[in-house]
Amino acid sequence: MDKRKLVLVGNGMAGVNCIEHILKLKEQSYEITIFGTEPHPNYNRIQLSYVLGGSSKFEDIVLNDLEWYEKNNIHLYTGHTVTKIDHEHRVVHTDKGIVESYDELILATGSNPFILPIPGAHLSNVISYRDIKDCEKMIEASKTYKKAAVIGGGLLGLEAARGLLNLSMDVTVIHVMDTLMERQLDPIASKLLQAELEAQGMKFRMNAATEELIGEDRVEGLRFMDGSVLDADLVVMAVGIRPNVELAKEHGIEVNRGIVVNDYLETSVPNIYAVGECAEHRGNVYGLVAPLYEQGQVLAKRLAKVETKPYEGSVLSTKLKVSGVDVFSAGEFIDQPDTKAYRFQDDFQGVYKKVLVKDETIIGAVLFGEIDEGVRLFQMIRNGAHEKELKTIFSRAKTEKESGTSQVMDMADDELICGCNGVSKGTIVQAINELGLDSVESIKGCTGATRSCGGCKPLVQDLLQCTLGDNFQKVEKEPICSCTALSRDEVVEAIRSMKLTTTKEVMNVLEWNQENGCSKCRPALNYYLGMAWPKEYEDERTSRFVNERLHANIQKDGTYSVVPRIYGGVTSPEQMRKIADVADKYEIPMVKITGGQRIDLLGVKKEDLPNVWADLDMPSGYAYAKALRTVKTCVGEDFCRFGTQDSIQMGIDMEKRFERLWTPHKVKMAVSACPRNCAESGIKDIGVVGVDGGWELYVGGNGGVHLRGGDLFIKVKTREEVLEWSSAFIQYYRETAKYLERTSHWVERVELEHIQEVLKDEGTRAELIKRMDEALESSKDPWKEAIEERSVRQMFEKVTIS
Amino acid sequence: MRVSTLIKIGTVDEFQVNVGKLVEIEDHAIAVFRLADRKFNAVENRCPHKGGPLAEGIVSGDYVFCPLHDWKIDLKDGNVQAPDHGCVKKFDVTIEGEEVFITL
Ligand SMILES: Cc1cc2nc3c(=O)[nH]c(=O)nc-3n(C[C@H](O)[C@H](O)[C@H](O)COP(=O)(O)OP(=O)(O)OC[C@H]3O[C@@H](n4cnc5c(N)ncnc54)[C@H](O)[C@@H]3O)c2cc1C
Ligand code: HEM
Ligand code: SF4
Ligand code: FES
Repeated sequence: MDKRKLVLVGNGMAGVNCIEHILKLKEQSYEITIFGTEPHPNYNRIQLSYVLGGSSKFEDIVLNDLEWYEKNNIHLYTGHTVTKIDHEHRVVHTDKGIVESYDELILATGSNPFILPIPGAHLSNVISYRDIKDCEKMIEASKTYKKAAVIGGGLLGLEAARGLLNLSMDVTVIHVMDTLMERQLDPIASKLLQAELEAQGMKFRMNAATEELIGEDRVEGLRFMDGSVLDADLVVMAVGIRPNVELAKEHGIEVNRGIVVNDYLETSVPNIYAVGECAEHRGNVYGLVAPLYEQGQVLAKRLAKVETKPYEGSVLSTKLKVSGVDVFSAGEFIDQPDTKAYRFQDDFQGVYKKVLVKDETIIGAVLFGEIDEGVRLFQMIRNGAHEKELKTIFSRAKTEKESGTSQVMDMADDELICGCNGVSKGTIVQAINELGLDSVESIKGCTGATRSCGGCKPLVQDLLQCTLGDNFQKVEKEPICSCTALSRDEVVEAIRSMKLTTTKEVMNVLEWNQENGCSKCRPALNYYLGMAWPKEYEDERTSRFVNERLHANIQKDGTYSVVPRIYGGVTSPEQMRKIADVADKYEIPMVKITGGQRIDLLGVKKEDLPNVWADLDMPSGYAYAKALRTVKTCVGEDFCRFGTQDSIQMGIDMEKRFERLWTPHKVKMAVSACPRNCAESGIKDIGVVGVDGGWELYVGGNGGVHLRGGDLFIKVKTREEVLEWSSAFIQYYRETAKYLERTSHWVERVELEHIQEVLKDEGTRAELIKRMDEALESSKDPWKEAIEERSVRQMFEKVTIS
Repeated sequence: MRVSTLIKIGTVDEFQVNVGKLVEIEDHAIAVFRLADRKFNAVENRCPHKGGPLAEGIVSGDYVFCPLHDWKIDLKDGNVQAPDHGCVKKFDVTIEGEEVFITL
């Protein structure tokens, strides 16, 4: 039997989702062809802001990779725009001259960003925010320019603005109304949101209508209706979207605001359908994925000839994906004379909740600060639940915090967990039980839950935990080595609660299967014990890897390297002479400048080490240790014409503060005096960047195997605060990371937001710093110790008999 | 006929427990380990993998872990443990009074 030809115009989220449903329903019935203007496979537009902000790469947000198209025998034409529909002959034409016939044609052309019709809108560096190309343009611009203006204080504008802040730009959001996100939030929530974003460094111009963009070729500023001017090197227009209907309109398909469709997504022309943002259904055009996916499901069933309920429109819910801000809104949320509201507001915690009720029915809600109830509320709003059901969730939310059980337990099987992809609790539980899934990742692969905005991840996690019960623990647990089944957390907990004080005690009491442990657990236990008992614990030299035992790096030929501290990379003629003399005296074969702004003496014989150290009379640079390595600095404000801060002194202060502190893995730091970042602060465990009037702290960066840009952790004003926050961060890392876990992995595992949340409390920071000081108190320079103490020195001696 | 020689390499208290020590005799480089009070073991100071100095390895019970790539070697017989293969030459160590001797 000949297959029927199905053509999709628009390789975007709605169209491809509909194709996925068709494949699921009746794999073999169609020969499918997809045309897309963008030169990419289908990606998750919702997560563009993560790419903009640097936490994801393009590959991370691809939804259907090329392999998927291939596997499903889909002909994909990327970079092709369909320019003509000939519905008499049932063919489409593309701009590159391809002609393709169809039996059924789906239009999913999405929207175009709306560009304000004002003078200057064509200038370069005026960008909209819609696709990956726009992201790339913004990232590129941020490398050269500093001042950005975002026109539009809606969902899209705020996400763009947050992304640009991450790119170290100075960002002002311009909004015509006096409250942000007025289409999703009531005035109280808007104001709370604005305050929070201001605290993150975003600036606002409210009630401001832009009249003109100024500049010759490139935009240089904005002029407002009231005549005032704002400088800007980059302007992002996020003032709304317009359904992309040109193609349909030119070819005789009925178009109003969008392409008009009925309850089965059929347009006015037979065999042509429309889904997604380009479609207008019962007068509504949607701009969020959840309704578009609902449309796609109905159309898929229609095309696969499976019975389906008609599509009757959608209730919307919104979450803002800006880190550190939790906002939820759904349904109708503006008070009217005939509505009543449940309200809860706590200014101290920054929490605001409002649920709107009309005729005893729940019709909408706005949550700010705490949005746990969002999923449940959304369900109630969709179902038109009675107001008394509210009591169940709000009273339950409270007991949940007290008893530690999750609200997913009480959800009915048909309640939705993932709103974007329409995945119910029942579907996920079934997948876990029948397919033996044990991670959020595998649930995502099988059911689609968490695949779009990711907001439901915590619920899926809870559900996994509840469904698997104790098994879940087992799955997630990773023993510290093959000598034991216990995980890092269990071992550290045992060390603390049972007051275990030596590696031998730990191995005996916790019943290690190898009486004396191995080269993996012994150094780890030695670290954990030192961290837990900074005052009492005596470091076990025999549990240390050779480098940390001998305080020098072993080379492949059995010789060692010596790297003395050169604080902040600042040396002196006297120091250089001393180093040169030592190199001569001990015939050191290689003297090298390291990547960490200091000098390395390579090829030193073991037995010479103590003498080399004595002659150098400089502190150990710990180049061999799981500890602070170096703090790189740029030349800074005293010399550089771009410098805004004294990066050198800051770096020296940090190096002196943290030297000799043992950490789970090596720790590298850098301080630059401006965002040009010559000291490469973006790829350090702690990277400090001086800006006008303050400092930015980046954490979890890594320039090695796991190349990773640091996350903006906090912005502070003073040098003292830099030290305070970095101390608290390091100590929290020391106390919670696994041995040999770099900050880059740790930050990803425990999540930046969590660390920020914990360290937000001043008291907690003070406690952490106190414990760090205790650890530092007992530390001695190891090279001095080797010179002074006979028992240590003995280790370097060999026996020669002739 | 092969003649073994006993060579004195020091006194017991010159060796730290669980810290290897390099002993050079003529052209032999030997890693000597004091595993407990009066229990000694010695192997050639060359890992069969890429020649790593075994005297610098972490000692766990009867095993030493090579400092370069973590091969695990049994000091009782010089055998490399799975998943790797090979062996190192073993030397006998004897103690008389406080004096430590190695047999060549
Ligand atoms: C930055 C950003 C953040 C967002 N955040 C959220 C969010 O948190 N939650 C949410 O629900 N939604 C969010 N959205 C909206 C969501 O991404 C869209 O609703 C969804 O992508 C629309 O899907 P679509 O398939 O209709 O259109 P698109 O995904 O835009 O796909 C249309 C595709 O068709 C192509 N095309 C157009 N015309 C032609 C032609 N003639 N020939 C060939 N190809 C053509 C286009 O190039 C485009 O690739 C966000 C959008 C953006 C830009
Ligand atoms: C817009 C981009 C940049 C500008 C305008 C810039 C400018 C400068 C200036 C003016 C100096 C000071 C030199 C001096 O006076 O001694 C400097 C130093 C330096 N830059 Fe850059 N730089 C930029 C980007 C980078 C990047 C991307 C790197 C590396 C990743 C880098 C690495 C360095 C290094 C290693 C130094 C020496 C710093 C020091 O001595 O501390 N620079 N740069
Ligand atoms: S980071 Fe900025 S201040 Fe420091 S050297 Fe580079 S350009 Fe100058
Ligand atoms: S040299 Fe010993 S493990 Fe490689």
